[in-house]
Amino acid sequence: MLLNIKNLHVSIDGKEIIRGLNLGVNKGEVHAIMGPNGTGKSTLAAAITGRDGYDVTEGEIWFKGKNIIELSAEERANEGIFLSFQYPVEIPGVSMTNFLRTALNAQREYHGKPPVPAGEFLKMMEEKKNLVEIHSKLANRSVNEGFSGGEKKKNEIFQMAMLQPTLAILDETDSGLDIDALKVVAKGVNQLRSDENAFVIITHYQRLLDYIVPDFVHVLFDGKIVKTGGKNLALELEERGYEWIKEQHLA
Amino acid sequence: MEVNDNDTILEQVTQNEYKYGFYTDIESDMAPRGLSEETVRFISAKKDEPEWMLEFRLKAFRHWITMKEPEWAHIQYPKIDYQDIIYYSAPKRKKELSSLDEVDPELIDTFNKLGISLEEQKHLSGVAVDAVIDSVSVKTTFQDTLSKHGVIFCSFSEAVREYPELVKKYMGSVVPYTDNYFAALNSAVFSDGSFCFIPNGVRCPLELSTYFRINAANTGQFERTLIVAEAGSYVSYMEGCTAPMRDENQLHAAIVEIIAMDDAEVKYSTVQNWYPGNKEGKGGVYNFVTKRGLCKGKRSKISWTQVETGSAITWKYPSCVLMGDNSVGEFYSVAVTNNHQQADTGSKMIHIGKNTRSTIISKGISAGQSNNSYRGLVKILSGAVNSRNFSQCDSLLLGSKCGAHTFPYIETKNESSIVEHEATTSKISEDQLFYCNQRGIDTEKAIGLIVNGYAKEVLNKLPMEFAVEAQKLLSITLEGSVG
Repeated sequence: MLLNIKNLHVSIDGKEIIRGLNLGVNKGEVHAIMGPNGTGKSTLAAAITGRDGYDVTEGEIWFKGKNIIELSAEERANEGIFLSFQYPVEIPGVSMTNFLRTALNAQREYHGKPPVPAGEFLKMMEEKKNLVEIHSKLANRSVNEGFSGGEKKKNEIFQMAMLQPTLAILDETDSGLDIDALKVVAKGVNQLRSDENAFVIITHYQRLLDYIVPDFVHVLFDGKIVKTGGKNLALELEERGYEWIKEQHLA
Repeated sequence: MEVNDNDTILEQVTQNEYKYGFYTDIESDMAPRGLSEETVRFISAKKDEPEWMLEFRLKAFRHWITMKEPEWAHIQYPKIDYQDIIYYSAPKRKKELSSLDEVDPELIDTFNKLGISLEEQKHLSGVAVDAVIDSVSVKTTFQDTLSKHGVIFCSFSEAVREYPELVKKYMGSVVPYTDNYFAALNSAVFSDGSFCFIPNGVRCPLELSTYFRINAANTGQFERTLIVAEAGSYVSYMEGCTAPMRDENQLHAAIVEIIAMDDAEVKYSTVQNWYPGNKEGKGGVYNFVTKRGLCKGKRSKISWTQVETGSAITWKYPSCVLMGDNSVGEFYSVAVTNNHQQADTGSKMIHIGKNTRSTIISKGISAGQSNNSYRGLVKILSGAVNSRNFSQCDSLLLGSKCGAHTFPYIETKNESSIVEHEATTSKISEDQLFYCNQRGIDTEKAIGLIVNGYAKEVLNKLPMEFAVEAQKLLSITLEGSVG
């Protein structure tokens, strides 16, 4: 199993948000995590990627056969976990090219490889830009600086294409996207899907799942996964809302 | 036979000096501790200077003793005992300059990380190096190439000997010895420095570079640089500095004077990474420098670019006096302070001529318990019609114990001129760091990346070889400052 989360408990400032969550993801799979606001979806993403301030009080996160609880955020990233941010930050003055080269070389260094030769890197940039239909100008600008909401999300997918993670977590990637941008993002993700990687798509709405079809849909409620199903579960949620889940769970 | 006689005389003179007890047992040839007319005479004699030079020094000294050390800067340091400083020190040729054992391993580490050495500097292609080690210029390269173009680039001492008329004409014409306390001190005791003269219409074929080092213990360093760019000429001048660790504070009071005639352009770049003191704030260089350029001619341009990461205290305001009509002054600065460093730095733009323009871009970065102040004066005189200034002062704070301060002074005496001032203060956010971490970039590298991005506007103004060094320096200076 690529990712195996066992009985995970996560607290922020002493308040428990994730309360005994279990999740298993195999290579080649796409999992959607849905649920009402405030149930811990983004907290789960932060806990898997090792963000400071998200205290794992109990449980284990296994990735590629390794318990990664003790690893730093950058080590987890270099192990192959990628997070597409809900709100990508701006880093003024740092070009996308410089940023990605630094990231890629950090990853290569972690795996004992020499830095990527400049020519090869630029070729790779060109290739991946086309893949996610990002304008070539975007790559020459500073990281996310002055990008529109849609451009920021496309840029996240572009970075994913460059860094080639084994596990990509997309946190509310569809929020704030118009339908055209959504399609571009989905197309990028679908291009990157393979038997060697997996996706965890966190979303509030079913909309994105029309374009990125999941193998599993999980409903997160009250810090736990309370229901798991196939792609049809998402449609059912869209139709019926989350109330019946809440009622079932609280009953 | 005559040669032999001369040799004998030379030997006797040298030995005579030793008889007077000038530290024969140590590596450097030093002046006795303290400052008096005797010291000034000693330095002048030591350098075999003509009478007019000695007179200049003595006038400066006599003025200096009437002056008071300035206290207006936003810096704090224990009172300097000017009688406890050695004002002249020349390295002996055959001895090692200093043993590596004396140097803080951390500093050596830094040097290694930077990959800078005097040798490497010399080998940088296309860069002429006038290496100043402990006040005496020991090596000047690329002289031939330069002299073909009529460019003079030599040590100040040599200029006094070889080009006395030029030195007499320009020395003190931009920074007179009466200018300020440290300028007066420098004028009295300056040991050596560089002289640069670009004749009419010549575009200097090389980037000129002076590589300063402070080496012997307890030796103040008093450099003096004079750059004269005749009409229509161009020169890019780079000044880079390193100093090995010393326990006691070292005083450095330099003067740089630039004169640009009609249509001349001088670009002066500095990367300063002198020893900043240890983490507890002990030791480090006091860097009290007067740098000023005079845009004397029409359409002349002087541009200062500095990356200041070193020194315990930096007190420095590279300035431009825009005298010629349509002349341009620029100041681009990145000043980093970490641990207990203090910097009070900025620029002065004095607009005298018509249609003069100036730009000030200052980027302060404070970390640790340091204090970083921008202090700048924009003065537009009544005759400077249609003049413009744009100033931008940004501060970046790393951590919560450091300080950033801005002291802008604006004086405008005519209504046709426009002065703009923008200032921002920001912090590196936790979100930015996590974003980098999530892409596999560790926090130290992330800070380096973010800081270099912040300073990019200024770094872009540096000559290429300097920009690379400056980028590394910024990252290294801030290592361990967050987290």
